[in-house]
Amino acid sequence: MKAYVGTVLRINLSTKTITKEAIDAEMAQKFVGGRGLATYMLSQEIDPTIDALSPENKVFIATGPLTGTNAPTSGRYMVVTKAPLTGTIACSNSGGYWGPELKNAGYDMVVLEGKAEKPVYITIIDDEVEIKDADHLWGKKVNDTTDTLLEEMGDQKARVLCIGPAGEQLSPIAAVMNERFRAAGRSGVGAVVGSKNVKAIVVRGSKKVEVADSEKMRDILKGAMAKIRENGVTGQGLPKYGTAVLVNIINESGVFPTRNFQTGVFEEAEEVSGETLEAKYLVKRDPCYRCPIACGRYCKADDMEGGGPEYETLWAYSADCGISDLKAVIKANHLCNDYGLDTISAGCTIACAMELFEKGYIKAEEIDGPELNFGNADAIVEWTRKMGEGEGFGAKLAQGSYRLAESYGVPELSMTVKKQELPAYDPRGIQGQGVQYATSNRGGCHVRGYLISPEILGIPEKLDRLSLENKPQWAKIFQDLTATIDATGLCLFTSFALGAQDYADMLSAATGQEWTADSVLEAGDRIYNIERIFNLKAGFTKADDTLPKRLLEEPIPEGPSKGWTTKLDELLPLYYEVRGWDAEGVPTEETLKKLGLK
Amino acid sequence: MKILVKLFATFRDNRFVKQEMEFPDDTTVKEVLAVLAIPDEEVAILMVNGRNEEVDHPLKDGDTLSLFPPVGGG
Repeated sequence: MKAYVGTVLRINLSTKTITKEAIDAEMAQKFVGGRGLATYMLSQEIDPTIDALSPENKVFIATGPLTGTNAPTSGRYMVVTKAPLTGTIACSNSGGYWGPELKNAGYDMVVLEGKAEKPVYITIIDDEVEIKDADHLWGKKVNDTTDTLLEEMGDQKARVLCIGPAGEQLSPIAAVMNERFRAAGRSGVGAVVGSKNVKAIVVRGSKKVEVADSEKMRDILKGAMAKIRENGVTGQGLPKYGTAVLVNIINESGVFPTRNFQTGVFEEAEEVSGETLEAKYLVKRDPCYRCPIACGRYCKADDMEGGGPEYETLWAYSADCGISDLKAVIKANHLCNDYGLDTISAGCTIACAMELFEKGYIKAEEIDGPELNFGNADAIVEWTRKMGEGEGFGAKLAQGSYRLAESYGVPELSMTVKKQELPAYDPRGIQGQGVQYATSNRGGCHVRGYLISPEILGIPEKLDRLSLENKPQWAKIFQDLTATIDATGLCLFTSFALGAQDYADMLSAATGQEWTADSVLEAGDRIYNIERIFNLKAGFTKADDTLPKRLLEEPIPEGPSKGWTTKLDELLPLYYEVRGWDAEGVPTEETLKKLGLK
Repeated sequence: MKILVKLFATFRDNRFVKQEMEFPDDTTVKEVLAVLAIPDEEVAILMVNGRNEEVDHPLKDGDTLSLFPPVGGG
C-alpha cells in the first residue's frame, strides 16, 4: 500500500510510552486517511461522552495519503479529537509544511494519549522520538516558541507545531499552530493539546513519500496542474488577491454579516477589501507546500508583520465588529496567531461582546479595557491581547461567544451553531449554505461544504442563492466531496478547478488502489456518517441542527438580501431524506449497510 | 437611464472603481460590457442589484451592475 508511509506514532503522555504501529490497511482504504481514518480510530478508542479536556480524550494529528506527494497543495494535515468548544467531533485542517515533514520522518499520524505530569514537547527526527521537558517554553507565544525550538534543534529546517498561551490556558477557541502562521484553527483543538501538557511537536524527516505508479502519477498531476493554472479562481484570483477578494463579492450580495449579523451590508467594505489589502499592506505571497495557488498572504502594519489576514479573519474583525481600520485588523490577526487563538471565533466573540455591551448586558464598570462599542478599532486589538493573556475580562471572552452570551442570559445573541462561531456568509441570503451550517458535523463552519461556490461564485454551476430547489442535494454532495478531499491531504481550494474524477485518478496512481468518482463521493459519505454517529453518541440530537434565532426569525433589514431569513424548516427534513437519515436525523440501518458501516 | 457600474479586482485596472453611467433604455449587460471593453468571457460573476444575472439581462434605470473576474476563496 503506497502513499501511506505505513506507521502510526502513538505517544502516551501519562506513561511516557512511545509505540509505533502499522496502519490498518483495510480501514485506510475505507476511510482514505486524515480526517476519515483518524475519526474512525478516535471513534473506536474513546467514549464520545467524555470531557474533551480530560486525559481520556485523544488527539490524532493525521496526514492523508496524498500529503507529501508531488500532488499540488499536498501540504495538509488534520487535528482530530473531541472538541472542547462544541462537544462534537473536531477536525481542524492546516497547511504549511509540517504534514509533509511528518510523512518524510516516516509517520502517517501522531496520536497523543493521556496527560503529561508537567509541560513537555516532542521531537521526531526520523526514527528517533523523544519526550522532553518544556518548562522553559510554557507561557511563551508562538513566534517565541518557534524561535527557541529552532535554535535548540540547531536546524532551521525543522518544522514546529505548537500551541500558544491560549491553548495552555485551555481556551475553547485555542488553535494548534504550525510554522508560526498556519492554524488548525477551529473548535478548540489547541486546548486539548494544552490539556495534555504538550507545548510543541518538532519534526524533521529525511525520507520521501513513495507512490504506487510514479509514471502514471506524473501524467495525472500534469493534467491537474494545468486545470489549476487555467482556472480563473485558482490560476488568477486567489494568487493575486488571496481569499480577501471575497469581501466585495459577499458584500455586494448583501450577505456580509455586519455588527454581529445585525445586517448583511457593510457600508465601509471597500476599506477592508482584498483590493485594498493588496494595494496597501501586502508584503509578499506566502504559499504552502507544493502549492501553485499561493493564496497565503504576508502583511505588515506598523511593527506587526506575519501571515494573513485571510478572508474569514478579515471579516470577523472588520464588518462583524463594525471596523473599517484594516491596520487594526492586521494587528488583531497577528495577535491571534501569536497567542494561538482561532481568528474566526476570537473576532466573532468580540462582535458578540459589542452587541452585549451596546444593549446594556455588559456594563462599563465590569470591563478592564477599551469600551466595547461597534467600530472601536482599539478594542479589537487590545481585547484580543487580553484574550490571549487570559487577563481580566479577556479571560471571559476567551471562552467564546456562546458561553459569554449565555452568562448574561441571552445565548441567542451568540451567532453560533453547536456553540461554534459562524463564518463570513449570512445564510439568510444563501439558502443552501444555511442547511449546510445547521448540519455541519463540527458546528458553525464554511469548510465542511462550501455552498458559496455554486450559490455565489457560480462554480461548478450557477445556482440561485435564494432558491431552495435541490439545495439539500447540493449540501450533501459538497459535504461528501469535501470530506474526501480533506482525508486525502489536499487543499479544499483545488476543488474550484478539480472534480471527483481528478481526486480518484490521483488516489489510484498514488496508492495503487482502485478509485472512481463514485467511490470518492461514497468515501466522503461514509466519513460524514461516522462523524455524525460520533456526535449522536456524544448526545447531540436533531434539535442541535439549527441556526441562531436571529437567522431564522429576523429578516436581513436592508440591501440585496433584504427581507430574507433561512428557510431551515423546509430544508432540514429534505436534507435528512437525501442523507438516508430518519426523521430524527439518525442514519438508517439501510444507509449504514450501504456504506459498509454495519 | 442611469446605471451605477461597480468594477472589482483586475477589472479596475485602467478603468474605474465605481461610476454612474448613462445608457439608452433597455440596454443589456452585454452592451455595457462592450462600452467598457471587457470581453464577455472574462466576466465570472455579474450581479444586478446584488443578484446573479446573465449577460443578456436588460437593465432598468437606477440599477446597480457589479462585475467581477474569476475570484473566490473562503
